[in-house]
Amino acid sequence: MSYSSAPKITKANSADYSFLRANSVKAVATLLLLTVLSSCGGGENNVSAGNRSGILHWGNGTEPQSLDPHIATGVPEHKIIVALMEGLVLKDSKTLEPRPGVATSWDISEDGRVYTFYLRENARWSNGDPHNAHDYVWSWWRALQPALGNLYAYMYFPIANAKEYYEGEITDFEEVGVKALDDHTLRVTLNNPTPYFLQLLDHYSLFPVHRATIEKFGDADQRGTRWTYEGNLVGNGAFQLSEWKINRRVVVERNPHYWDAGSVKLNKIIFYPIENAVTVERMFRAGQLHYSGTVPADKIAAYMERKDPALHIAPYLGVYFYRINTRVPQLQDKRVRRALGMTIDRDKISQRILKGGQIPAYTITPPGTMGYYPKSDLAFNPEAARRLLAEAGYPNGEGFPATEILYNTSEGHRKIAVAIQQMWKKHLNIDVKLLNQEWKVYLNSITGLDYEIGRAGWIGDYVDPNNFLDMFLCNGGNNRTGWCNPEYDQLILKAAPEAKTHTERLEIFNRAETMLLDDMPVIPVYIYTSNNLVNPSVKNFNDNILNQPSFKEMYLKADQADSGAKN
Amino acid sequence: MWRFALNRLLQAVPVLIIVISATFMLVHSAPGGPFSADKAVPPEVIKALEAQYNLDQPLWKQYISYLGDVVQGDFGPSFKYSGRTVNELIAAGIPATAELALYAMMVALIIGVSAGVAAAMRPNTMRDYVPMSAAMLGICMPSFLLGPLLVLIFGIYLEWLPVSGWGDMPGDKIMPSITLGTGYAAYIARLSRGSMLEVLSQDYIRTARAKGLSEPVIIFKHAMRGGLIPVVAFLGPAFAGLLGGSFVVETIFQIPGLGRFYVQAAFNRDYTMILGMTIFFAALIILFNLLSDMLAIWLDPKLRQQARGNN
Repeated sequence: MSYSSAPKITKANSADYSFLRANSVKAVATLLLLTVLSSCGGGENNVSAGNRSGILHWGNGTEPQSLDPHIATGVPEHKIIVALMEGLVLKDSKTLEPRPGVATSWDISEDGRVYTFYLRENARWSNGDPHNAHDYVWSWWRALQPALGNLYAYMYFPIANAKEYYEGEITDFEEVGVKALDDHTLRVTLNNPTPYFLQLLDHYSLFPVHRATIEKFGDADQRGTRWTYEGNLVGNGAFQLSEWKINRRVVVERNPHYWDAGSVKLNKIIFYPIENAVTVERMFRAGQLHYSGTVPADKIAAYMERKDPALHIAPYLGVYFYRINTRVPQLQDKRVRRALGMTIDRDKISQRILKGGQIPAYTITPPGTMGYYPKSDLAFNPEAARRLLAEAGYPNGEGFPATEILYNTSEGHRKIAVAIQQMWKKHLNIDVKLLNQEWKVYLNSITGLDYEIGRAGWIGDYVDPNNFLDMFLCNGGNNRTGWCNPEYDQLILKAAPEAKTHTERLEIFNRAETMLLDDMPVIPVYIYTSNNLVNPSVKNFNDNILNQPSFKEMYLKADQADSGAKN
Repeated sequence: MWRFALNRLLQAVPVLIIVISATFMLVHSAPGGPFSADKAVPPEVIKALEAQYNLDQPLWKQYISYLGDVVQGDFGPSFKYSGRTVNELIAAGIPATAELALYAMMVALIIGVSAGVAAAMRPNTMRDYVPMSAAMLGICMPSFLLGPLLVLIFGIYLEWLPVSGWGDMPGDKIMPSITLGTGYAAYIARLSRGSMLEVLSQDYIRTARAKGLSEPVIIFKHAMRGGLIPVVAFLGPAFAGLLGGSFVVETIFQIPGLGRFYVQAAFNRDYTMILGMTIFFAALIILFNLLSDMLAIWLDPKLRQQARGNN
């Protein structure tokens, strides 16, 4: 830089600069003071103001990719869509039992295959249009158009002929098991008795959409039209879209045409797309948000320690596991895979690394899913594991080729992988390397079976063991382990749907799960928990295993004058 | 001057074509596509999506049709944000990012120039060492450290300023502007100190003093005009850098700007978005460099002469 070689100005030729000093100091001081004064005018934070005016400020992860229920896939989208739209059936926010939504009641035929829904006569779209059974037939037809690119089309597959229609085997939608018997009666015929079918109806992929609005902005099966934009979107939910500012906020306000508008208490919900966990927690702490769905892992301990009522930790219907590529030579022997599974000290991972109340997992299906408590003989047992490894030809780990754990780049995944690497070294004396890849590269490697051991996670779409176990069917798109057992497929695809009773069905699942765990193409590690920060002024926020909020039940009431200012 | 500008703009065309081609090849060669997801995507869906976004065409055809669209000012639809066009997303992000860059630049200039000039007036004294050491610290301090630090002090403890947001609450623009501007302020301080020292030792300043001109006139009218040319030359790239480099600050303070889209687009393999943003930033950098060169020419008679001679 040139200043170092610049000639010095001596005292003699430097004149009096005091004018500058005095004036500039004054000017800067005044400016600073003005800025600070002008900035602290407001005083009241979002939470206190929101509590008075019935406006819920909700930290919502990322900018929604779409608000079209037949296109969207993410959790942030889900939260907004359930405020704007509603299915035939709702879920109880505590027990997740089915509750009347647009349908006031329903009959189920004796063989469990035919559902008849009786729709409310006072159901309306948010623009006042009548909302009836034909809307469902049309919406479900739309959702099954391949051109639309609906990633959740499989949610329709329990319906008779839906899969065949979607895959082009039949072309007449009349053959699909959904009929409007009259304006307010909808009959749905299923392939098999499907005990979780009512639950699916509360998933946004089965929500109805407003035909006239969609057709106004493009073809029914056209992606990315403007029908979901601010000012265009017409829904049937408790709230209606009033503002969508990209990367800033999505605002929904009470829908006066909603059939149950009288019981909705919030006036408005403002969803903020905040990706950064540290930022969102800070905003929550400063009273800018009532809710944050993420808590930075290293802050959980502090909240727990001071027993902060804002921290909600609840079991979440999801499992963190490791996939094993069963085509890798040293991992083809199930005794090796079992040995790996038996030497992960899950309690240690949960207590020392995760620290958020996560439950050690010994099964792929979270225990308690629809009353399903799978028996598992998987346990932390290094001695037995060493014996298995020796039987497989690697006594004391000798000769075991260096194997790689692949995970997508994230500090949390790295910590767990390091711990498991050490456990396997300690208990089995085998060398494991760690490899992290950026998300999309990692997905490519996992789907292409270009990995040896890979970290994975699965969050249930509905509460039923089927949602976890059908992942590992021979040609299941989410299998990604190369493992295939026709007997397993037969249990899941044939025996379970034909089960006469709930108990019998669960027993069949248990047999399948035992088979899966015995072969161990996947190693369960822990059951997720949902970690939410909820301001105590938010009432009727109920924790449930789907981490699904019910905005129509929530209301705001500050317990103390200044609650929300500090948490 | 105008011929100079026109010349430079013409030179920008091949530069932009190279940028577009290189980026196009790079994004298409990155592993993982825009539609790969955690949950398996059925082949029918992939096919439908690829057809919709023209990805089923051979790469060269995609390239030609993309170039054609870009020439017409259409960056295409975003792959990730269904229903949004890249133009629309960029337009949505510009106001916040540009405003942030502008304020950051003001912070950088006010702090940087006054510290630099003050230091140059008393070189090798405490009044030089203190701001210059602070400047060194400012250059070294990354915004992901300074931002949260400011938030902790002024947002959480003192509760003077909102911890995040942009235009939602009074005062929420102060901390992001300071965070983003500080690094540049430090650089400008060192830059202006160096060139001011050089200018203050020039003959014409001595002449001015000998003529008995007052000190403010010497500093503000004569010395600063020449002394700030390097700063002006730095403004163009700096402003472009502020626009493109605000990702961290935008994330810390939850600002609805362009930076977040840029980084997210790369993670999402949102091809059109990555391309659109790259072209947009490349064009901005070219434009700001041109503007700052023109400003420098206007300020510096020597350069003015050169520019005239060249054309």
